[in-house]
Amino acid sequence: MSVAIESHNHDDHHHGPAKGLTRWLYTTNHKDIGTLYLWFSFAMFLIGGAMALVIRAELFQPGMQIVEPEFYNQMLTLHGLVMVFGAVMPAFVGLANWLVPMMVGAPDMALPRMNNLSFWILPFAFFVLLSSLFMEGGAPNFGWTFYAPLSTTYAPPSVTFFIFSIHIMGASSIMGSINVIVTIMNMRAPGMTLMKMPLFVWSWLITAYLLIAVMPVLAGAVTMMLMDIHFGTSFFNAAGGGDPVLFQHIFWFFGHPEVYIMILPAFGITSHIIETFSRKQLFGHTSMVWAMTSIAILSFVVWAHHMFTVGLPLAAELFFMWATMLIAVPTGVKVFNWVATMFKGSITYETPMLFAIAFVVLFTVGGFSGLMLAITPADFQYHDTYFVVAHFHYVLVPGSIFAIMAAVYFWIPKWTGNMYDERLGKLHFWLSFVGVNVTFFPQHWIGLAGMPRRYPDYALQFADWNMVSSVGAFLFGASQILFLFIVLKTIMGGKKATSKVWEGSRGLEWTVESPPPYHTFTTPPKVD
Amino acid sequence: MNPDAKRTLRRLLIAVPVMFAFGWALIPLYDVFCEVTGINGKVFQADNADKLIVDEGRPLGLQFISTNNENMPWIFKPSEAVITISTGQYYTATFYVKNTTNKKMTAQAVPSVAPSNAAAHLKKLECFCFEQQELMPGEEALLPVKLLVSDELPENIENIILSYTIFDVTDYNNLELTNHHNENDHHHNGHEMESSL
Repeated sequence: MSVAIESHNHDDHHHGPAKGLTRWLYTTNHKDIGTLYLWFSFAMFLIGGAMALVIRAELFQPGMQIVEPEFYNQMLTLHGLVMVFGAVMPAFVGLANWLVPMMVGAPDMALPRMNNLSFWILPFAFFVLLSSLFMEGGAPNFGWTFYAPLSTTYAPPSVTFFIFSIHIMGASSIMGSINVIVTIMNMRAPGMTLMKMPLFVWSWLITAYLLIAVMPVLAGAVTMMLMDIHFGTSFFNAAGGGDPVLFQHIFWFFGHPEVYIMILPAFGITSHIIETFSRKQLFGHTSMVWAMTSIAILSFVVWAHHMFTVGLPLAAELFFMWATMLIAVPTGVKVFNWVATMFKGSITYETPMLFAIAFVVLFTVGGFSGLMLAITPADFQYHDTYFVVAHFHYVLVPGSIFAIMAAVYFWIPKWTGNMYDERLGKLHFWLSFVGVNVTFFPQHWIGLAGMPRRYPDYALQFADWNMVSSVGAFLFGASQILFLFIVLKTIMGGKKATSKVWEGSRGLEWTVESPPPYHTFTTPPKVD
Repeated sequence: MNPDAKRTLRRLLIAVPVMFAFGWALIPLYDVFCEVTGINGKVFQADNADKLIVDEGRPLGLQFISTNNENMPWIFKPSEAVITISTGQYYTATFYVKNTTNKKMTAQAVPSVAPSNAAAHLKKLECFCFEQQELMPGEEALLPVKLLVSDELPENIENIILSYTIFDVTDYNNLELTNHHNENDHHHNGHEMESSL
């Protein structure tokens, strides 16, 4: 450290954050960047949620009431894109930024400047994407899976902006994951072997490898679209010798690992919370690591289960059906380990634990509907119905999103130094829990009864459950305002948190004070 | 940054373009996979099909289907909807096309075979689908396809459907010279459908 800097910080050897807006613009501190990611993700969660409420408001009754079908399609598309790339993924990256260095005993991320860049290009990506709402022809309207030729031949002109925003999001994710891997592989405290690493760190290591493997493939797919649209190529155009089914293959080669990218860090979070509030060591740490690794590897050989109805040969349908079902084995191991950890534990039910238990139960519900969808002949009936919508919302909302909320409640006393309001936290949990199930459980039934997804209108026999589902959606949406209030209240003040915060907490992040100093572990801790 | 971290970083920076290239490599891989397995109903041009000729084949129904891609106004239909053929023999079938518009247009027909496991055994010596067709306003033509079904066709297949979809590719050819594709895109999803015809 140079003398000049020392002289400006007489009292503090570890100089604190800069003041004002530039602190956040120029920061290379993993805690600041983690905070930025989390707030960005929450903003996107509200925007994507508002879009979901437009959708549910329109579906409250059969017939067209509120929006035009074209706008409905744009809401549907942007809701998916914003939630996947704007809410869930950045939230996990934010948690990784905050927690990975503190959990492995590193002073910061390995590449702090790249960390800054990977965050600050994200708001621009979403500015570009959301600005397409105000363009001539409207925002992208082809669904978040942007199948060609809907996204090429028949796309609105704004598709080019969509493509560039995907490129930027991809660059951000790739930089973020490179940072995570280099940090984990090279900056662990002495004595922390790979198998001693906390499970959240493990889950992120695997997730980061998945991201590096598939985000470039997504970039390739959107580049092909760009060329088909503007440069006269025919990658996905049958008239020129291309094939629209090729798009689906490339997209889902990215898309299936992507869905595990959105759940693996949730597995890590849940493991920490369950062991803490069961006051027991996690059951089967090693098997958890292997289960996550197997899930990640299997995710590369199951992509065509999204495409059972495109006309795959029988051998391929059977292969992808069995490979998909095989994933239930490592997933079952994980659920078993969580239950075994709770077995005979002295459990208390603080808010993070409530969210974590709900995660285990409801994610398992989503896993079972996934198994139903994996059965090829059954999928011919379920394909593109609300059953699929119910399935992936069960794994993403009470799955990924509940895990993110659990993580916020679990670690916010560490981040802010203040305890959150337990009464309000529990209220938030129960409202969310009821809201989620009222919204998505009936969608299983209307899906099995044959209601197709992605339409702004539906046949009369689906009216009752759609109304119930919409009521649930507004309840869930409104309860997230309570979440925002709880978080703000915690930041402003509250009962002071100890370093350990929870009685049963384990891990290096609980050895530093709450809130942690701006720079932690400048001297690496010793891990036995 | 320590040397180990630099090495990890370097490896990851190589992995990114490699995976980008892999995404593009899926295109030829997918074609090769379809060719080897004969799935997707893709038919590939026969080389030395002569050795496939046999004296006595088994009878087989061959059905022709013609489809116009949307926005394609030509009349396009097979001269005969169904013929009975024998495996291991050459046949020539024709399709009638007429450009019903008052513009010069170019078309491309894309074939598909059902059932898909018959595709590998249907050999084409000549096909109008191998090249583009250009017709003047009002012009009509008979387009030939010369084909043979190999004797190795699986026993359980008694009927084969050869289907063609005809696409308007006039714009694609113009695109190389002009660059007004974007305008046409507006038309595709907008209101002035006939201008893109």
